[in-house]
Amino acid sequence: MSQEIVLSCRGLVKKFGGITATNNVTLDVRRGARHALIGPNGAGKTTLINLLTGVLEPTAGTITLEGEDISRLAPHQRVRRGMVRTFQINQLFASMTPLETLALVVSQQRGLGARWWKSIASEPAVAERAQQLLEQFHLAEVATQKTEHLAYGKRRLLEIAIALACEPRVLLLDEPVAGVPAGEREELLQTVAALPADVSVLLIEHDMDLVFSFADRMTVLVNGTVLTEGTPDEIEHNEDVKAVYLGHGDEINEAVQAVEAR
Amino acid sequence: MSLAQTSLKQALRMRWWEPVLWIALFASPLLLPAQAPIINETAIWALFALSLDLVLGYAGIVSLGHAAFFGFGAYTAALVARHVSPDPHLGLLVAIVASALLGLAASFTVLRGTDLTRLMVTLGLALILLELGNKLDWLTGGTDGIQGLTIAPVLGKFEFGLDGRVASYFTLTLLLVFFLISRMIVNSPFGATLKAIRDNKLRAMAIGVPVNARLVAIYTVAAGIAGAAGAAFTLTSGYVSLEALSFDRSADVMLMVVIGGIGWLYGGILGAVVFKVIQDVLSQITPQYWMFWIGLFLVVLVLVGRDRLLRPWTWGRKA
Repeated sequence: MSQEIVLSCRGLVKKFGGITATNNVTLDVRRGARHALIGPNGAGKTTLINLLTGVLEPTAGTITLEGEDISRLAPHQRVRRGMVRTFQINQLFASMTPLETLALVVSQQRGLGARWWKSIASEPAVAERAQQLLEQFHLAEVATQKTEHLAYGKRRLLEIAIALACEPRVLLLDEPVAGVPAGEREELLQTVAALPADVSVLLIEHDMDLVFSFADRMTVLVNGTVLTEGTPDEIEHNEDVKAVYLGHGDEINEAVQAVEAR
Repeated sequence: MSLAQTSLKQALRMRWWEPVLWIALFASPLLLPAQAPIINETAIWALFALSLDLVLGYAGIVSLGHAAFFGFGAYTAALVARHVSPDPHLGLLVAIVASALLGLAASFTVLRGTDLTRLMVTLGLALILLELGNKLDWLTGGTDGIQGLTIAPVLGKFEFGLDGRVASYFTLTLLLVFFLISRMIVNSPFGATLKAIRDNKLRAMAIGVPVNARLVAIYTVAAGIAGAAGAAFTLTSGYVSLEALSFDRSADVMLMVVIGGIGWLYGGILGAVVFKVIQDVLSQITPQYWMFWIGLFLVVLVLVGRDRLLRPWTWGRKA
């Protein structure tokens, strides 16, 4: 992994009235990193994503992408610079087919989104890239079915395919396997594992098996603050993390075991 | 050509019935010469409905005040004819530009808010224009409107006669031209970004679509087309009145788009034809109660759905 930093947050603060949702977060993501962001519910993961993607404006602090300050850019401008996200709950274009969806996203990504005088089918390179993505994400056989009629697992794949079609430099994966039935899970995990090596991935996930198998770097967020950062190994053996986060689960397990023992 | 490109093209290709439909539309004033004025009127509605479908069906903006742009174009054409020149081409052009500019200004009010607020804002704009048309009688003639306009022949040759034949060809040509432009727009990458905004604004933003810029653009274009419909109304009838700005006009065009099918360019044309035919037939049978039958028709349409409307034996089945 390169040591070059692609995404960097410095002293990021977000306040909603009297509540501080993000408190002085400083975070670096290296090129090609598989960086997981974990933390208990309410830790401020969603707020952080919204700050990174531009849905929310930070109260203080800066965000730089490839050395350029993007803190005040509109969401669509950040996408153009390579800050792309997926959604925990699918956000798809229900009336379009996967092929139409990807042709649209590729067109938009290549700066053709304002072109009104030519058919979307007129650019061979766009169709070719759409086809590549359909195959890469196991969507080729459902390419011409309406998205609203697809199985949940396929929709989840399309969710990620759309993001990759934006040619991200930093990809924010928001709970990619959430709600996917066991039978469709493997296909999804494979595609996540096979994401291009030069794309830096920031993974937000509750599934610890996935986090520890995927990530090479982890940041633990608690109450809007970075508790610690390190390799999966360091995080696994960090006493603080155990106490506030993983420890929480153990306590519950112990309690459950105690009840069952009775 | 790749598989993907072929299937993308496939979805956008022209169907066999499309040229047939256009030939039938253009033949209708010849085949039914007595009906030419109604054909003209229907084509004006169809053009207006095409405009509404672009914002409602493709960009997902609910507008209950679309008559604002129709009426603005109609009055602009009338004012040009009265004060500047009787040339219909100039009147048409100025009306399109004026309505588009009004649409551009108005578009900023529909960027914010949800369907309900948009509904109120668009309705409000139409009501403001209606009241201005009423009050500024030195300019608009108030409740009398602007009457007895002299319009020069189309292309310097074809006089708008009382039989409505030139009028119907004038309007049908406008309809065809704007239909082809609209079709080009909705099949383009730009059109795809509109559908993306309609389907899921959040995701459209997340793939880098400048949502506001797109909505401003399509609202401006649609307003220009509505202005063309309004100008066609004034130029072919030789007058304009407050009715062009009325709420009824906004509501009727919405009904037509809903009857014909939203998010489908032929929906506006089909809806206009169905609406005018029903109106014409019913108002002859029962002059006072035809609105009742339109209402009943709408209720049935919504309950059974468009696909099953012509197959009454399927109405009992669950949708």
